Amino acid sequence: MAGKTLYDKLWDMHEVKRRDDGSSLIYIDRQILHEVTSPQAFEGLRLAGRKPWRIDANIATPDHNVPTTKAERQGGLEAIVDEVSRLQVKTLDENCDDFGILEFKMNDTRQGIVHVVGPEQGATLPGMTVVCGDSHTSTHGAFGALAHGIGTSEVEHVLATQCLVAKKMKNLKVAVEGTLGKGVTAKDIVLAIIGKIGTAGGNGHALEFAGSAIRDLSMEGRMTLCNMAIEAGARVGVVAVDEKTIAYVQGRPFAPQGADWDKAVAQWQGLVSDDDAHFDKVVELKAEDIKPQVSWGTSPEMVLAVDQNVPDPAAEKDAVKRGSIERALKYMGLAANQPITSIKLDRVFIGSCTNSRIEDLRAAAEVAKGRKVAATVKQALVVPGSGLVKAQAEQEGLDKIFTEAGFEWREPGCSMCLAMNPDRLENGEHCASTSNRNFEGRQGAGGRTHLVSPAMAAAAAVAGHFVDVREMLN
Amino acid sequence: MKPFVSHTGLVCPLDRANVDTDQIIPKQFLKSIKRTGFGPNLFDEWRYLDIGQPNQDCAGRPVNHDFVLNFPRYSGASVLLARENFGCGSSREHAPWALDEYGFRAVIAPSFADIFFNNSFKNGLLPIVLKDEEMDVLFAQCEASEGYQLTVDLQAQTVTCPDGTQFSFEVDAFRKHCLLNGLDDIGLTLQDAEAIKAFEAKHQVASPWLFGAIK
Ligand code: SF4
Repeated sequence: MAGKTLYDKLWDMHEVKRRDDGSSLIYIDRQILHEVTSPQAFEGLRLAGRKPWRIDANIATPDHNVPTTKAERQGGLEAIVDEVSRLQVKTLDENCDDFGILEFKMNDTRQGIVHVVGPEQGATLPGMTVVCGDSHTSTHGAFGALAHGIGTSEVEHVLATQCLVAKKMKNLKVAVEGTLGKGVTAKDIVLAIIGKIGTAGGNGHALEFAGSAIRDLSMEGRMTLCNMAIEAGARVGVVAVDEKTIAYVQGRPFAPQGADWDKAVAQWQGLVSDDDAHFDKVVELKAEDIKPQVSWGTSPEMVLAVDQNVPDPAAEKDAVKRGSIERALKYMGLAANQPITSIKLDRVFIGSCTNSRIEDLRAAAEVAKGRKVAATVKQALVVPGSGLVKAQAEQEGLDKIFTEAGFEWREPGCSMCLAMNPDRLENGEHCASTSNRNFEGRQGAGGRTHLVSPAMAAAAAVAGHFVDVREMLN
Repeated sequence: MKPFVSHTGLVCPLDRANVDTDQIIPKQFLKSIKRTGFGPNLFDEWRYLDIGQPNQDCAGRPVNHDFVLNFPRYSGASVLLARENFGCGSSREHAPWALDEYGFRAVIAPSFADIFFNNSFKNGLLPIVLKDEEMDVLFAQCEASEGYQLTVDLQAQTVTCPDGTQFSFEVDAFRKHCLLNGLDDIGLTLQDAEAIKAFEAKHQVASPWLFGAIK
């Protein structure tokens, strides 16, 4: 019999029961809650007179709606200008207080984007099942955890039963072998993968990122990869556990200690796919072939290397694809065959659960250091993923580098990633963004998002248009 | 979820096809943090003459007296008659929430949009499909007699008119079981509570660090 994939192992470790209709009850070890998708779930619990199954499995923090300017943050909850945002944040506070769920409230230094906070606190551990009412929960798979996003009804379901009803997915392996060039990052790898397999390429599959280039990545890089598994159509992304995983987890507030730690490490070391495991689909990429990537269109698969030209619909034979290229060019205000480097930027956003960790900020600061944001760029934002990332960056002096270069240094939150708070694009503006979705209107109605790595975003801010960051690194 | 076994109630005839979820509950009310509070805004654009805002007291709003739900004779209705493709449009669960909160227990129509149909069962609202000609009978009788009531019996899968006429309807056995017993997805999973507890005990032995860490 063939061996098991990492996903198979995680599934087997958590299957409570297989039902007659082929679905399974899967036990959930950790639920992370935020203010937008949880209120109705809590209310549902109350209306049904139910109690959470296991309080200590939950952790919460507000992120989507919180303002990121110091002025608005300093006044606390009451100072949030947008009434609906304020109510959502307040409701999360009240629900967590009522049910006794640990919450990092808005101005707690541990507050931040759910997918940054979980791993940072050791609330995400290898071998866990992790869910959150947010599709980018795939991020946590970087730790060899089975993690995916769920809807509000399911948030309530997990609160009440500690289980989810799920069907097992197929296994997809994306192997990236070789060594990345300087200035090429995890973001470029994942964008290149999505460019290759498409946004539906991972549908129905759990996606394992494997190969030497993945093993060489830091945990931050692996989180960036898994974060965007969902953009490749895979609800779940995973990376095998290795020494780096264990080293990252050790000593975090909610990580096991003492005898438990040794026992845990022994278990976690087995969280790798067996050599003879069966994958339903395998895709291979060479790390050396990957250049810094820039998305030009309105879907993450519309992505190219920085030295390429925007596609020409006339060259596309498939009528459906031609139509989508035409529509995307029109929305993005780009001409066929236009070089990527000729795209001018109005705003730059460095942040989001994809790229707001310390390593991301360091990479951007390395480029920004001693340079200035171009005069034609209206706004360049740096929004750390959590209060702790912010503190660490300030300790390293990164905030100074950014502000001296003309970037705004903000308080942690989702910010311009989805523009639920006041940070947003105006109609027609182009933005170099380190986030994960370039859908129409995602960063504000009519806004034009280009997905890039933090280093590429910083380089674009300085140049005022896209440039190959490798030319700016010595 | 409250069980649905049988229900007798006043009938309101909404003689329109393709009633979409945006009409059932307009989008400005989705910003809510609640699953309740949608009742006063059910069919908001039809019920009132002004444009409704979230968190507004609807008591003082100008009422559209031409809309059937506002006719005094239909006040307190709990069974809704409608035409084909009821509940089309977005997947918002707010639509059955609003109907339920207003007081409807059943909607009878010749066809429903899939997602709305599913969402209704999850929320204890019974959607019943009858044939076009049967719908015509119900609409005609309802309009002809004030105080018109129907009896909907899920166990027997029948709709009974005051004159004794009976129509039967189809319902998926599993959904019927859930609704008769008031089992929502959570209720169903909780039927396996013993299995979950047994799993949990085993899991805690294998991975004790996953328990009690966060308080
Ligand atoms: S940063 Fe963006 S993608 Fe990530 S959780 Fe927040 S809104 Fe979602």
